[in-house]
Amino acid sequence: MTAKIDMSGVKKSFGSKHILRDLNLSVEPGKSLVIIGGSGTGKSVTLKCVLGILAPDAGTIRVDGEDVTHARGRAREVQLDKFGMLFQGGALFDSLPVWQNVSFRLLQGKRRKTKDEAREIAIEKLRRVGLTPDVADQFPAELSGGMQKRVGLARAIAAEPEIIFFDEPTTGLDPIMADVINDLIREIVVEMGATAMTITHDMTSVRKIADRVAMLHEGVIQWEGPVAEIDTTDNPYVHQFVNGLPEGPIEAIR
Amino acid sequence: MAVLTLLQGFVAAIGAAVLGLCQSTGALAIFAASGVRHIFVPPWYPTELGRQLLRIGYFSLPVVGLTTLFTGGALALQVYSGGARFNAESVVPNIVAIAMTRELGPVLVGLMVAGRVSTSIAAELATMRVTEQIDALTTLSTNPMKYLVAPRLLAAVIVMPILAFIGDVIGILGGFLVGVARLDFSPGTYINTTYNFLTLGDVTSGLIKAAVFGFIIALMGCYAGYNSGRGAQGVGGATRSSVVVASILILASNYFLTEALFGT
Repeated sequence: MTAKIDMSGVKKSFGSKHILRDLNLSVEPGKSLVIIGGSGTGKSVTLKCVLGILAPDAGTIRVDGEDVTHARGRAREVQLDKFGMLFQGGALFDSLPVWQNVSFRLLQGKRRKTKDEAREIAIEKLRRVGLTPDVADQFPAELSGGMQKRVGLARAIAAEPEIIFFDEPTTGLDPIMADVINDLIREIVVEMGATAMTITHDMTSVRKIADRVAMLHEGVIQWEGPVAEIDTTDNPYVHQFVNGLPEGPIEAIR
Repeated sequence: MAVLTLLQGFVAAIGAAVLGLCQSTGALAIFAASGVRHIFVPPWYPTELGRQLLRIGYFSLPVVGLTTLFTGGALALQVYSGGARFNAESVVPNIVAIAMTRELGPVLVGLMVAGRVSTSIAAELATMRVTEQIDALTTLSTNPMKYLVAPRLLAAVIVMPILAFIGDVIGILGGFLVGVARLDFSPGTYINTTYNFLTLGDVTSGLIKAAVFGFIIALMGCYAGYNSGRGAQGVGGATRSSVVVASILILASNYFLTEALFGT
């Protein structure tokens, strides 16, 4: 079976800072992979390289077996049509009302729908993430952080993507709201049959939404395996991170 | 030896500055070319264009009107007192008309709109950059150059000549009001002199300038915002550099445009 996403030998530096050194990672179709690792270890850069927001310096990235490492223009757009992404801060367009945010993709391009249809889909997706239709006409700035996250989630799934990326889905939320969002992510990914890639450092999140876990440190995947094994593995990086230990191979700066 | 090291440091500093300038000029040129290309290549976003026309054009009207009204009035007073030194008080309508249409109309409107619009575009796009909204556009298969930059460039180029024309008219009106109320011109003579004196070239040259200034205003706002640094400081820096560079470019390009249009 071809992997849905396959990254091999990916390198990315910013000036003299080497973020990704030699990244090898693949995700099977319909599976949920969570990348864990400390801040600044290149988790976001990894996602951005797959999406083509950043161009890797070396290595290849394949989506459905097709080399998309340097895809541009039309070819990139075709690829991006498969993706949905939930950004850390929501990244909602504050000049547009909530419903136009959710159905943004359906309001332009070749999959364009009429305004009424797009609005109907937006309301349906909002309902799916637990928001009432009256939110549709509000602007993102009027919503609480948790609601913005839900709207972001609704936008990510509005065009029924095959692959969904989640960038720190629970950061900045209270524990209860974080739990609700984790449940939503799990449910939605399962019911859509989508492939998911999540980056987080929230272990509760990992246990809830992961099929497989990859540990990223210093630009290299240090360990990769099923979620059940994160507590039993003897990999020192995973052991230190999962248990939040100050001593270990990951140096904490005090 | 110490002198040599000092000299080397001095030359290196100049070199680094020149290289930096070349690099940012090149980056700006590539950005501008890409923005212009996206104006002509579909898909287009007419709603976005409409929004920008309204924002850059319509909402700039009060600023444009007030600026040119007072400038026209002051100009009439100056020309009258200056002209009085060689008994040429009667040239007030002519000088006001030519100065407003050729120079002050487009340049003042350009500078005022730069202050109002370059900054707001820069702050808006910089905030979108910082909050990942620009990345979000990309992930929604929408090219940010097409969706954000192209409509702003086009709107500014369309709207600035219209604003400059309105500025010309209001500036001449300012001169007229002062001329009639303070300097004892008869309304009929003032209007007739202005009308007979002005040529089409006076007006159109000013409008061409205004279109170029419009491009500069939107370009600098977009460029600074799009390439903004991180955080609140990044947004502030983008806003500042957009208005500074836009103003300097407007004044510099005004000289060269005048040279091209009227130079002998």
